[in-house]
Amino acid sequence: MNNTASPAIETTAVGHRSTDWQGEAMQKRIAKRYAAERRFKYMGLAAVAISSLFLAFLLFVMIGNGLKGFIKTEVAVPIDFVSATGGASPDQLAGENAERNLNSLDIAGIVNTAIEIEYGTDGSEIFTENSWTDVRDALLSNPALITQNTSVWLTAKSELDRAAKDDSNEKYEALYAKLKDAGKVQSGFNWGFLTGSDGTDPARVGIWGAFKGSLITMLVTLSLAFPIGVLAAVYLEEYAPRNRATDFIEVSINNLAAVPSIIFGLLGLVVFLSWLDMSRSSALVGGLVLALMTMPVIVIAGRNSIKSVPPSIREAALGVGASPIQVVFHHVLPLALPGIMTGTIIGMARALGETAPLLMIGMRAFLTSPPQGITDPSTVLPVQIYLWSDEVNRGFVEKTSAAIIVLLLFLLTMNALAIYLRNRFETRW
Amino acid sequence: MMKKLSIACISVLALSACNDQASSGQGNARDYVEIVGSSTVYPFAKAVAEQFENLDPSYTSPKLESTGTGGGMELFCSGIGPNTPDIANASRRMKKSEFDRCQENGVENIVEFIVGIDGIAIAQSKEGTQFSVTPAEIYEAVAANPYGKPNTAVNWSDINPSFPNTKINVYGPPSTSGTRDALTELIMEVGCKTDAATKALKDTDKEKFEEVCHEVRTDGAYVDTGENDNLIIQKLSANPDSLGIFGYSYLEANMDKVRGMPVAGVEPTYDAISDGSYPGARPLYVYLKGEHVGVIPNLKEYVAEFLKAGASDGYLKKYGLITSPDDVRTKMTSAVEGLPSLDGAELK
Repeated sequence: MNNTASPAIETTAVGHRSTDWQGEAMQKRIAKRYAAERRFKYMGLAAVAISSLFLAFLLFVMIGNGLKGFIKTEVAVPIDFVSATGGASPDQLAGENAERNLNSLDIAGIVNTAIEIEYGTDGSEIFTENSWTDVRDALLSNPALITQNTSVWLTAKSELDRAAKDDSNEKYEALYAKLKDAGKVQSGFNWGFLTGSDGTDPARVGIWGAFKGSLITMLVTLSLAFPIGVLAAVYLEEYAPRNRATDFIEVSINNLAAVPSIIFGLLGLVVFLSWLDMSRSSALVGGLVLALMTMPVIVIAGRNSIKSVPPSIREAALGVGASPIQVVFHHVLPLALPGIMTGTIIGMARALGETAPLLMIGMRAFLTSPPQGITDPSTVLPVQIYLWSDEVNRGFVEKTSAAIIVLLLFLLTMNALAIYLRNRFETRW
Repeated sequence: MMKKLSIACISVLALSACNDQASSGQGNARDYVEIVGSSTVYPFAKAVAEQFENLDPSYTSPKLESTGTGGGMELFCSGIGPNTPDIANASRRMKKSEFDRCQENGVENIVEFIVGIDGIAIAQSKEGTQFSVTPAEIYEAVAANPYGKPNTAVNWSDINPSFPNTKINVYGPPSTSGTRDALTELIMEVGCKTDAATKALKDTDKEKFEEVCHEVRTDGAYVDTGENDNLIIQKLSANPDSLGIFGYSYLEANMDKVRGMPVAGVEPTYDAISDGSYPGARPLYVYLKGEHVGVIPNLKEYVAEFLKAGASDGYLKKYGLITSPDDVRTKMTSAVEGLPSLDGAELK
């Protein structure tokens, strides 16, 4: 615009408004424009601040609650294995029959007697009815222990564990203080949480069962959704003729990607469980359901990255005599792969966090041992979190948060992998 | 690069082929016990399932899923075979309709066990005003049509002038829950039968009787809270004037937040429930599929362990299960050996 104050323009182009930069009206308008600019900037800043505040709050609460879940409390119990077992030899506890021989020694009885001798009636307040399994596991990994008269550290009951973390009632706090004065308690990193499975006492539960379930389920999902999704994307981009049918397929795939996940759960319930009679709660069915959910995402991501490969590359390859399939597999796919992989990993991350469809197909069972294969009953991390959040015992609060930390770390690793792959293989033209 | 990719593709396809094979091969055997059913029995069954694996190295850990009594029966009665559950937990007795469905689907040999007693507790936050209710008063507060007339009670004082002048707000189980059946049977039906005219209805017009005695109000005074009994505890703490209805085990686990209300003057305590003086007590059932015994390993052993754990010196007492009377226990112990089939004529 012309900024000189010409009377002609003043009356014709902008009516009676003044375009005199020094004029009061113009200065006001400029101030207003700057203010609007600033307001918009601050609003944007506020939006970012609010979302990061929520994220910080979530992380703060989860880490605050959850870190305690990685610490366990142990109490010492002196056991004279020699006299209690009547002189069992370490050889009995090695080899194939180890567990059976150990069972015949009645370790549970030995440990419970030792607890009663040492702590009397307090014993049932300190330990659970499963505490003896710590001794069994220790003996299996170190048979020489059976010839010793020693003190073993057993995981304490959840209430006592919470007393050690200043979060219990007076009764257990007094008991904990008493044990602490006697030097019979110790705290340490809870390896059992990373290696164990679900249980009734929060102090003894572990996340490995659910983690392994998640891994197996993801493997099934990936091995189905990735090849099918990529092949579909290649066909639709490179081979499919442009007509009504392909348009219809394209629209369907886009719609499928937006279908709420619970619908896939219902589909799995009807198709895989009722019609195909597959086993309920298995990682196989879970993986199939999640594969159906992830596949459209992979197809869309795949098509976009195939589309972004410049036509000149195809033409050059065809020009030197490559067949269409050679063009696709030698040139287009390798160039599109980083994009496809990013899309796949993001789809997989979404599948990893999925709960609703898996509840429908029964992957919410209480399981005290990790799955051994794809047809074994299993749970996944988010379902385990859901189950623990529903528990009566308040010791599960910290375990729920600890499980959330594990899930978040898993997700972060997957996303970091996606970013790494993209940066490593990305080609720019 | 492409070679690697195609190898990856092929191996992935082969893997998915393996999956299919494995799933079809899985059809003939299963080496773990599969349990479904009531959310009230769930905490007890969990403790037993956890212990069970430790009993013998050859025992595998059972799979336990909380589906609610109705949902459990649905799955249990869907047929026989490794893809159907072996055991259904129930917080009420199997219904005749469920039994018939079982028979239709080839589940003919059902063995019934009573593993213990659970009381349904009416509880409130510790901050609430305490008062004692009778079954009739509960019925008048939550029924849709108490004694055949629409329910107009808004405050507790509308039911009994001695009650606090607070809004009637009861959180309770949904209609699919066994706890709800216990509420209808043990509290509401008892309450509505105090009226002679309504009691007479039972023989003359059964449908009308059920409508009057079993239906809860839908105007917001009674709130369904799903199978999540924890949620009820949270809501009670947040709203001290409200009441909650759930299993006794939840009351016992949350004694620091809520307290049980006396029903007909009897407090919901372990002793009162086990000797039968507390009105809201019900037996808990475990149903075993007789056809699966011997096919699925260790079914009898699991039930035996459940019964043992439910004894007065067993560990389930700690979880809030109340031991059943001695005569019932003796009968159950012999039932594990004989596995007598359930007779449909006994059911309602």
